[in-house]
Amino acid sequence: MQSTVRIHVTVNGADRDVDVAANTTLLDFLRDDLQLTGTKECCDLGECGACTVLIDGRSVNSCLVLAAEADAGDITTIEGLETDGLLNALQDAFLAKGAVQCGFCIPAQVMAAQYLLQRIPHPTDTEVREGLSGNLCRCGGYVQICEAVMAAADAGR
Amino acid sequence: MDPIGTSQRRLGGVARVTGRQQFIADLRIEHQLHVKLVHLDVAHARIVSIDTARAKAISGVVAVFSAADLPQPMPRYGPVFEDRPILAVGETKYHGQAVAAVAAETKEAAEAAAELIRVEYEELPGVFTVAAALDPASPLVQEPELRPGDPLKHTNVLRERRFGWGDVDAAKADLIVDNAYEFPMITHFAIEPHGFIAAPEEGGVAVWTPTQNPFQMQRILAGVLGLPVAKVRVRAPDPGGAFGGKQHPKYEPLLAFLALHTGRPVRLVLTLEETFQEVRRTSCEIHARTGFRADGTIVFQDIQSDFLMGAYADIAERVIAKSNYLACGPYRVPAARIAVRALFSHTTPSTAFRGFGTPQVSWAHESQMDDAARRLGIDRVEIRLRNLARKGEAFVPGDTPADGDWAESVRKAADAVGWGTPLAPGRGRGVAVAIKASATTGASYSIVRLHWDGSASVLAGTSDMGQGARTVLAQVAAHELGIPVDHIALVMGDTASVPFDLQTSASRSTVFMGQAVARACQDIKTQLNRIAAELGLDAAVGVVELLRARFGEVRGEVIGVGSMRSEHQPEHPLGGSPSFYEFTCTASEVEVDEGTGEILLVRHVTAADVGKALNPQHVEMQDEGAAVMGLGHTLMEHVILDDSGRIRNLGALDYRIPTTKDLPLEM
Repeated sequence: MQSTVRIHVTVNGADRDVDVAANTTLLDFLRDDLQLTGTKECCDLGECGACTVLIDGRSVNSCLVLAAEADAGDITTIEGLETDGLLNALQDAFLAKGAVQCGFCIPAQVMAAQYLLQRIPHPTDTEVREGLSGNLCRCGGYVQICEAVMAAADAGR
Repeated sequence: MDPIGTSQRRLGGVARVTGRQQFIADLRIEHQLHVKLVHLDVAHARIVSIDTARAKAISGVVAVFSAADLPQPMPRYGPVFEDRPILAVGETKYHGQAVAAVAAETKEAAEAAAELIRVEYEELPGVFTVAAALDPASPLVQEPELRPGDPLKHTNVLRERRFGWGDVDAAKADLIVDNAYEFPMITHFAIEPHGFIAAPEEGGVAVWTPTQNPFQMQRILAGVLGLPVAKVRVRAPDPGGAFGGKQHPKYEPLLAFLALHTGRPVRLVLTLEETFQEVRRTSCEIHARTGFRADGTIVFQDIQSDFLMGAYADIAERVIAKSNYLACGPYRVPAARIAVRALFSHTTPSTAFRGFGTPQVSWAHESQMDDAARRLGIDRVEIRLRNLARKGEAFVPGDTPADGDWAESVRKAADAVGWGTPLAPGRGRGVAVAIKASATTGASYSIVRLHWDGSASVLAGTSDMGQGARTVLAQVAAHELGIPVDHIALVMGDTASVPFDLQTSASRSTVFMGQAVARACQDIKTQLNRIAAELGLDAAVGVVELLRARFGEVRGEVIGVGSMRSEHQPEHPLGGSPSFYEFTCTASEVEVDEGTGEILLVRHVTAADVGKALNPQHVEMQDEGAAVMGLGHTLMEHVILDDSGRIRNLGALDYRIPTTKDLPLEM
C-alpha cells in the first residue's frame, strides 16, 4: 500500500486540503489530481523547465518537488496569472512579440519570466537570458521570448 | 482592411499563454486505461521468451500484449514501405523497440506490471555504422522476405539512387576538391513527448495523436486494422512541436489494437527518453569531389553518399532521394554525378526532420566551396556569387528553374555581418547557402462555410504545430471573403469533420492549403454573385443582407469547396517537379577561444527568399527559430551510441539543445 500524506496548499488563491500519495510529485498532483494541465511534463528530471511553477513566489521545477514538500505552500501556476479574465502583462507581451510558436513550453517560460520580473523588475538583456536559461524551447523562439520579457518589464515602468 | 502582409496575432495564442491549450497529454478520456511499454537495454537481440504471468497478476492490469497476442502474420506498416511490426517479432532491431505492452487501470499499475515482464533474450551483433551496414559479413537488418523480388534484399541497402547530367569524366578542372563529410544522428526533441490515445468508436476506432499527417495516419490504421477509412477517426490535437518527427505512425497501431481488444480507451504518453528512441534525423557519410576552374567556377560535382536510415524505412528513403536530388546546391553545375545509398541499421528509425535532408547535403557542398575558395585565393562570398544559379536558370537541367534572385540574399547576408570589414583578434566570419525543394506532389481540400451572419468556418486538414497555419489560413480566407480575421474560425485536426489533406510537411501548407482555402472562398463568391443576380440585388449590398434576403428566417449558409492538387509525374526522378524552392543564406561572426575551443557567436544573420510574406512576424518566428535549431545542430547536438547500439545520451541531461544562453550576441 502506498502511504498518503495530508497536505494543505493554496493553489492560485484557492485553499486545498488533500490527501496525496507520499511519492506524488507536485507536477503529477497539479496535472492529475487538480486537472491543472497548463503545467507541462517533458523530461521529468528537472532539465527542460516545462513544468515551472511558483511556490511562495519562487520558481521550481514541479517534477523535482514532492507534493508533500509543497505542504503549507502558496502555489501559482499558469492558470493563476489572469485577473478577471484579462491576460497579465507578460502573457500579452508574449503574444504581441510573436514568442508563441507550438506553445508547449510557453506556460513555463511565462512562469520563469514572472519570477524573474518579481526579482528584477527591469532586467538587462543578459539577466533575461540568464533568468530563462532553464526553460527549453525547441521551436527556437528565444529572441522573441526575450523581447517579450523586456516589453513586459517596460510596460511595468 | 486586407490582412495579407500584416502581422496578425497568432490564432490559438491566448490558449497557449494561459495553459488552456489541450495537448495530447492534457486530454482525459473517461474510463481510459494506461499503457506502458517494455523494451530491452540493447539494440539487436533475439527474443527467446516473454513471461507475462507475474505482470498479469498485478491488480488493475487489464491486458498484456506481446507479438504473440497480435494477428498472425504480424501486421506491418509504414508511410511507403510496410516494414514496421506492431511490436517486435522474433528480435529487436533498435534500442528502445517495444517487445510488450501493458494496459492497466492506473499509470502506476501499468508501470509496476511492465517491470515484472521477464524477457529472456540473446544479444546479437548489430549494425550501427555506415561501414558495418556495407560489410557483407554484417547481419541483415531487414528480413529478405519483406521485399521479395528485390535484388538488394540480401544486403542492408534499401535503395540506391543516381541523379546527374553532363559528362563528369570528360570535365576539365584546374582544381579538384576531394573531401569526406559525416553528419551525426540528431534527435527532434520536440518539448512535447509523443503521446497517443485510442478508443473503440462506432464499429471502428478513434485515435488521438498529435500528428502532422492525420489522413495518412487514417489510411495506415485502416490498412493494419482491416477497417474502412470511414471507420477510422483520427483526431489530431495541435502538436507541441513536431519538426517532422510527428509525421508518421509510431505506436498508434498498437494502441488501436489494445483499444479494440479491451473495449476501452487506452492512453500512452512516452517519456522523453522513449521519444528519443523513436525518431531521429538521418545520419550520413558524404564523399564529394568537386572540380573548379581557376576562376572558381564549378565544372563538375561527383558525390557519393551513404545515409543510415535505421531499423525501418519510415520516410527516410524519400528524405535521402529528395535532398540528394539537390546535392549540388543552388549552383550552376555543368556536369553532375550523384549516387546515394539508403542503408538499414540497428538504430532508431530516422524520419523527416526540419529541412528534410537539406542540412546534410548543404554541409558537404558548402564546405567544398570554402575549401575551393581558400585554395584558389577567392573570397568565399565571391565564389558563391560566381556559381549561384540566376533567376530563371534551370540549375537542374529540365526541372523547375531558379525562382528567386538568390545572389541578392547572399549579398544582403554578407553586408549584414560586415563581410570584408576588419576583424578583431580571435574572430572569424563564415557564410553558407542552402536550397530545399518544396512539395513535388500532393493534394489539399478545404471547405469554407459562410454563415448567415457573415462569419465563416474554414475546414482544413493542416496541423498547426507552431508554424501558425491557423493564423495564415484565416488571413487568406479573410482576404478572399472581405471579412475580419476575428470573424473566422478554423476547424482542424479531425478526419471525421475536415476534408482530405495529404500532409503538413515540405513547407507546403501555406501554398497548397492556402490555395485550397482561397478557391473555396472564390467558390462562395461565385455563389453569392449568382444569388444576387437571382434576387435582382447588387452583390455590394453586403454578405449579411444578401444571405438574409436569400434564406429568410429559416436561415442557411453558403458552402464553398476548393482544392489544390499537384499530380504524380511517373517519369520524374522524384515523382514530380518541386513546386518552388526555399533558398536561404546564413552568415556568422564567431570568436574562438583558442585555449579552450569555446565558441562565442558574435553575430548571426539569415536571409531567406520567402516571396510575399503573408504574415511577416510569423516568417521571422519560423526563420529565427530554425536558425537557433541550426546552431544546436552545428555546435552541440549528436546522439552517441555504445558498442551495443544503446543511446548513451538519452534525455535532456546529456543531450544538449540551445538555451537562451546559447543565442548569438546579435541575431
